[in-house]
Amino acid sequence: MFANYDFEVIWRSLPYLFYQGMTFTLLLTALATLGGIVIGTLLALMRLSGTAVLTVPAAAYVNLMRSVPFVLMIFWFYFLVPYIGQWVTRSAQPVQVGAFASCLVTFTLFEAAFFCEIMRAGIQSIPRGQMAAAQALGMTYPTVMGYIVLPQAFRNMVPVLLTQTIILFQDTSLVYVISVTDFLGAASKVAERDGRLVEMYTFAAVVYFIISLAASRAVGGLQRRIAIIR
Amino acid sequence: MNYHWNWPIFWELSPDGVHTYFQTLLLGTAWTLTTAACAWIIALTLGSLVGVLRTTPFAALARAGDVYVELFRNVPLLVQMFLWYFVLPEIVPRAFGTWLKQLPNGSFYTAVVALGLYMSARVAEQIRAGILSLPRGQRQAALALGLTLPQTYAYVLLPMTYRIVMPPLTSELLNTIKNSAVALTIGLMELTARARAMQEFSFQVFEAFTAATIIYIVINIVVTFAMRMLERRIAVPGYLGFKAPAAGH
Repeated sequence: MFANYDFEVIWRSLPYLFYQGMTFTLLLTALATLGGIVIGTLLALMRLSGTAVLTVPAAAYVNLMRSVPFVLMIFWFYFLVPYIGQWVTRSAQPVQVGAFASCLVTFTLFEAAFFCEIMRAGIQSIPRGQMAAAQALGMTYPTVMGYIVLPQAFRNMVPVLLTQTIILFQDTSLVYVISVTDFLGAASKVAERDGRLVEMYTFAAVVYFIISLAASRAVGGLQRRIAIIR
Repeated sequence: MNYHWNWPIFWELSPDGVHTYFQTLLLGTAWTLTTAACAWIIALTLGSLVGVLRTTPFAALARAGDVYVELFRNVPLLVQMFLWYFVLPEIVPRAFGTWLKQLPNGSFYTAVVALGLYMSARVAEQIRAGILSLPRGQRQAALALGLTLPQTYAYVLLPMTYRIVMPPLTSELLNTIKNSAVALTIGLMELTARARAMQEFSFQVFEAFTAATIIYIVINIVVTFAMRMLERRIAVPGYLGFKAPAAGH
């Protein structure tokens, strides 16, 4: 049954798939998660600030990101990032940024909206009394947030944040639409060059499956271990 | 910014020679909605079935349901689309594979199946969580009254579950609509693909994407509003609302 298939092609292209492709995928996942959590937390603080000047733009941004397909957002940023670069550096021409930088900006800004909602739920899960007690002790708002609320919110939300990271990892495959060589991009290039679509796409699916499954099992284990007994 | 804006571009004729750019975007919207609606039917049907299986007392069935969900949840949607589109026709018997490849609107059927199965795993998670959130006494009381297990699900557990999990199902429906954009990679000319085509032919990048974004937002608002009305009508009195898992797309 496997007579017509050449699984050797996987073996031959392993270095390309992993050194080039998987490195890109994992680096993008890690950096976008970090950036996304930082910006997402800031957005969450804005949404919870209670002043319309901050809540309205933050809510608008989050709702915009949440109502359009990620693929469309990837296209948006692909064309928009050079203009953003031009605006930031005040140069005369749109700035050409590399594929990785462009993807990183896209993923960070897009996922920030989702991390914002997770952090918002985390902050709201902390009893109000703690905020009141800390303020009664004379702590300022940044102190209360930095030392009392955010550390606990973060700890409560670690499993959800990590689950979102696994989703982000799977989403990185979408950079295929702007022809970037991530893991799937590398697999697809070999597949088309050698005419080995069946072998390469099946292999890609198996690799994504193993990594995601292992990661979600680990998150499940972590969730049981760090759960706070109330 | 030295970008040349040209908003009237929407009324110009697109390269197909028949439709204006605006009309091509509307055609894309129709494909997006049709694909999402068909996929949603599959997702809801299979998702309910698998969700129920995972809560039955039969360990083998529950395990099979778990495997199903893990399988479809841990492979990116884009890769699943490629498997259905490029790999499936090659590994089935030759005649069937050829028939598959020559199917008119093949990318539409592939997108519906791939998206439907992918979303069914997520629906199954919600249905399972909903069933498990019901008090244990409901199942026990129904069985004690002499209802068979299928009757218990049909008349007691599922009617409650659907009313409770309505809000998370709404977001899964919205996800189905958004995720249909991934089908552009296998050649489905849905809304995002039409916006990109418009950008490629007219070079009016930001006009095309702005229009697509606005259409998606409008779809989102309409669906959310309609589902809110439905949720309010069928909400179970006395329930505070079901807490859905927070992560997702």
